[in-house]
Amino acid sequence: MSDYTQMWSSLGLDLKGHDALLSVLGNAYSEIFLSQKNRPEGMKYFDFVMGEVHGLRIKELMDAKAQGRVVIGSYCVFVPEELVLAVDGVAVGLCAGAEFNFEGAETLLPRNTCSLIKAAFGFKLGKVCPYLEASDVVVGENTCDGKKKAYEILGPLVKDLYVMDLPQTKSEAGKALLKAEYRKFIKKLEKVSGKKVTVASLKKAVETVNAKRMAVKRLAAIRAADPAPISGLDALLVNQVFFHDDPVRFTDSVNKLCDELELRVKNGTGVFPKGTTRLVISGCPMAVPNWKVPVLVESSKAVIVGEESCVGERGSRWLTEVKGNTVDEILDSITDRYFNIDCAVFTPNPSRCDYVKEMKKNLHAQGVIHYSLQFCQPYIMESGPVEKELEKSGIPTLRLETDYSQEDAGQLKTRIEAFVERLKRK
Amino acid sequence: MRYAGIDIGSRTIKLAVIENGRLVFSRTSLTSHNPLETAQDLMKGAVFDRIMATGYGRHLIKGHLLCPVISEITAFVRGARFFPTDCGSILDIGGQDTKAISLDTDGRLCKFEMNDRCAAGTGRFLEVMATVLGYTLEEFSAAALSAERAEKINSMCTVFAESEVVSLTSQGAKRNEVALGIHKAIVSRSAGLLKRVAPDGGKIFFAGGVALNDCVRILLENEMKRPVFVPPDPQIVGAIGAALSASEDE
Repeated sequence: MSDYTQMWSSLGLDLKGHDALLSVLGNAYSEIFLSQKNRPEGMKYFDFVMGEVHGLRIKELMDAKAQGRVVIGSYCVFVPEELVLAVDGVAVGLCAGAEFNFEGAETLLPRNTCSLIKAAFGFKLGKVCPYLEASDVVVGENTCDGKKKAYEILGPLVKDLYVMDLPQTKSEAGKALLKAEYRKFIKKLEKVSGKKVTVASLKKAVETVNAKRMAVKRLAAIRAADPAPISGLDALLVNQVFFHDDPVRFTDSVNKLCDELELRVKNGTGVFPKGTTRLVISGCPMAVPNWKVPVLVESSKAVIVGEESCVGERGSRWLTEVKGNTVDEILDSITDRYFNIDCAVFTPNPSRCDYVKEMKKNLHAQGVIHYSLQFCQPYIMESGPVEKELEKSGIPTLRLETDYSQEDAGQLKTRIEAFVERLKRK
Repeated sequence: MRYAGIDIGSRTIKLAVIENGRLVFSRTSLTSHNPLETAQDLMKGAVFDRIMATGYGRHLIKGHLLCPVISEITAFVRGARFFPTDCGSILDIGGQDTKAISLDTDGRLCKFEMNDRCAAGTGRFLEVMATVLGYTLEEFSAAALSAERAEKINSMCTVFAESEVVSLTSQGAKRNEVALGIHKAIVSRSAGLLKRVAPDGGKIFFAGGVALNDCVRILLENEMKRPVFVPPDPQIVGAIGAALSASEDE
């Protein structure tokens, strides 16, 4: 690995804390990912990306900035990458997946705040997220109340925080609000980048992001095979890297991986024996390096075959229809696409549960694990009705509520093993 | 063939041996600071052909003994079927967790719920409260049953409840009425779990160390308005379940 110390210092990172973070992350990665058996060759690319996630990729961002391109960081799948690409910007997901410096975060946030929000603050206050420090603009979005209020506190801590409002109902007024917000966001992007969004640049951006989503959709569909050609952990990793990597190179690497996996399916080879209990995970997003529940599941004689999550199908299952002759018409198409996202902040939100059922069927899963982060009110509130509806439809469901700490791993493991045993007996 | 089951719990370790479908041997011991050693001591002299482990320490023994594992939940379901009852649900209150399980008509696992990560409202909670009030566990249950009214205990957290109890007694509350309040608190919490997984689960199979407490059993019956069955030795149900699973695993 090259020496990036100079670059990290120039970004203002706390080198000691950052070293500690990278060493924990590196060890966890080797233990969890590299120890898996029969991994696809195509995962080597993602191993490389993870190895360089704070190195080479950050250097690329710095090079892009030197060429006058803007870096836009965000925390949510409602922030359209298309618009960022249309001003020749770079869109990156920001770090919020690890229990780092929660003591620091708790000096600004209530203790009963979800791990995702606490992590974002822990990384900022600990100065260990190079993506955040390299961002010219950090985009916040009014999804849940926790995030909404947290951005008020985050504002003074970052260079340029831009908050986007979001609708909470799937109504005409809601859609108009979303489009108006996207229009405002274009203005903001044009201002910071000094570049105009044109029909050509926006069309090209839509095509780039569509191709990226098509690649992960292809991966999602291949996972219907038994034996599973790829572990849930590796597939989750691909979905996590989705937010950090260069979109074109990422698309290419996912497609190469898919070529290999399709061959595996044809030959009937997989990472777990045929007939292994298959599960779909539904609920809160799992940002890098949140691998806690998948590790417990895949060490309990089960395999995860799909994620109904922002880091997963909720973030990628819709494409943008390429149509329209003006920026405004293309923006309509983009708004239509994003307005489909069935995040639990919407009320009511029936399409989410319908889609979980569809995934269970298409991916030949035996059961669903509903995953909620502690204190994430929208998903925890929704978990009860979702569980009831799934069980009523004959889909065994296990509801888990946890955070980023490891202290409840034993109890979670007991529940997961019992759930897998329940499914086997059917 | 003789089949053994070992249930490594947080407070006690249980061993049961089954032969020809009959329980031929069982033994219980406190877990201590070294559960592996305690488990090995417990198995000394026991004769069996195969063994299966369950309980929160099940993975601990796996590396030291050729021993498959099952979760406590499956072990209790299997163990409950050993007894000739027609229970539709199981409540297990052990040393540090509480499980509520609903069964289908064939007595198989349907749904389950467990308490969250802390030991609020479990056997350990009762132990600490008995000590605070200066009772042995046997005296504790009897005292609660003798009370005509109960003091209200609001907290289920062992630490907070302890200070609540201290403040009640210092205000002159009757010891047995505080005891009844504590028993009521634990029952209302467990009943909540049961109502969630098995709202119409018929007779309740009550297992785990807390099932030895008569007051909890009686209050549970009143609260749920359903009959409660307590097996002769409620602590070894999980070990029996593991032994039976060992016999089926061939």
